[in-house]
Amino acid sequence: MRYFIALAIVLALLWLGLSGVYKPLILILGAASVALVVWITERMEVLGAEHDPGTLSWRLPVYWTWLVWEIILANLMVARAVISPGRIKPTLIRIPATTRTRVGLVTYGNSITLTPGTVTTGLSDGSGEIQAHALLEEAAEGLRSGDMLKRVQWLEGPER
Amino acid sequence: MIEGLIDVLSAGLLLTGAGFALLGGIGLVRFPDLYTRLHAGGITDTIAPLLIVAGLILQSGISLLTIKLLLILLFLLFTTPTASHATVRAAISAGIKPQGADDATKERASSNT
Repeated sequence: MRYFIALAIVLALLWLGLSGVYKPLILILGAASVALVVWITERMEVLGAEHDPGTLSWRLPVYWTWLVWEIILANLMVARAVISPGRIKPTLIRIPATTRTRVGLVTYGNSITLTPGTVTTGLSDGSGEIQAHALLEEAAEGLRSGDMLKRVQWLEGPER
Repeated sequence: MIEGLIDVLSAGLLLTGAGFALLGGIGLVRFPDLYTRLHAGGITDTIAPLLIVAGLILQSGISLLTIKLLLILLFLLFTTPTASHATVRAAISAGIKPQGADDATKERASSNT
């Protein structure tokens, strides 16, 4: 039940942010569309753990800020490699990925791909490993150090 | 005075974003194989929209438009890694070997079957 309430709240906020017209009729239409989407989601049975409001904690903005900073740093590295392509040293590596939840694993994989210079090439549930392709020596070293994994584990929060 | 400053700042952000997008395009041509080219595409996927959206937010001021622009950024940052990952997966299952380590792909292919 709390999944449905969380979904409805997120949808309502999204609608309010996108609409900008707050007349009674429009508001009623908005509420009706939120209700319709929640009803369809219920019928499709696609509501799962990723809709858990508990995953939306205060840690998320902190993680995103850190990730954006990482993305900027990695971009400068890759941009330098574009200017002098002799620097590149493509490697395929395997790194440990021990996250508590599946959402955490996907977050980790997506964060790796989002950072230029590294792309997740293989990821499977339960293997505890991620296979990634790195463009530069530094990028591969950065992955091996496991700094990002520690951040993701922190993002997941303590055991509940 | 302040408005002029904001305009200059936003123009700077937009131009830097465009410059990074261009660099991504150049890298797409310069890098040797599919996997390395994908990294170059990553520049155009991440920092270019970041800077461009930041520049546009400065132009729009704080309003509902800001929320919409941030949502565009959010959706872009959520979907582009998925697309990159799908491209890599497709390349691997098509048997394209990355330069550097080709033994790991074999290992992966055998563990999949």
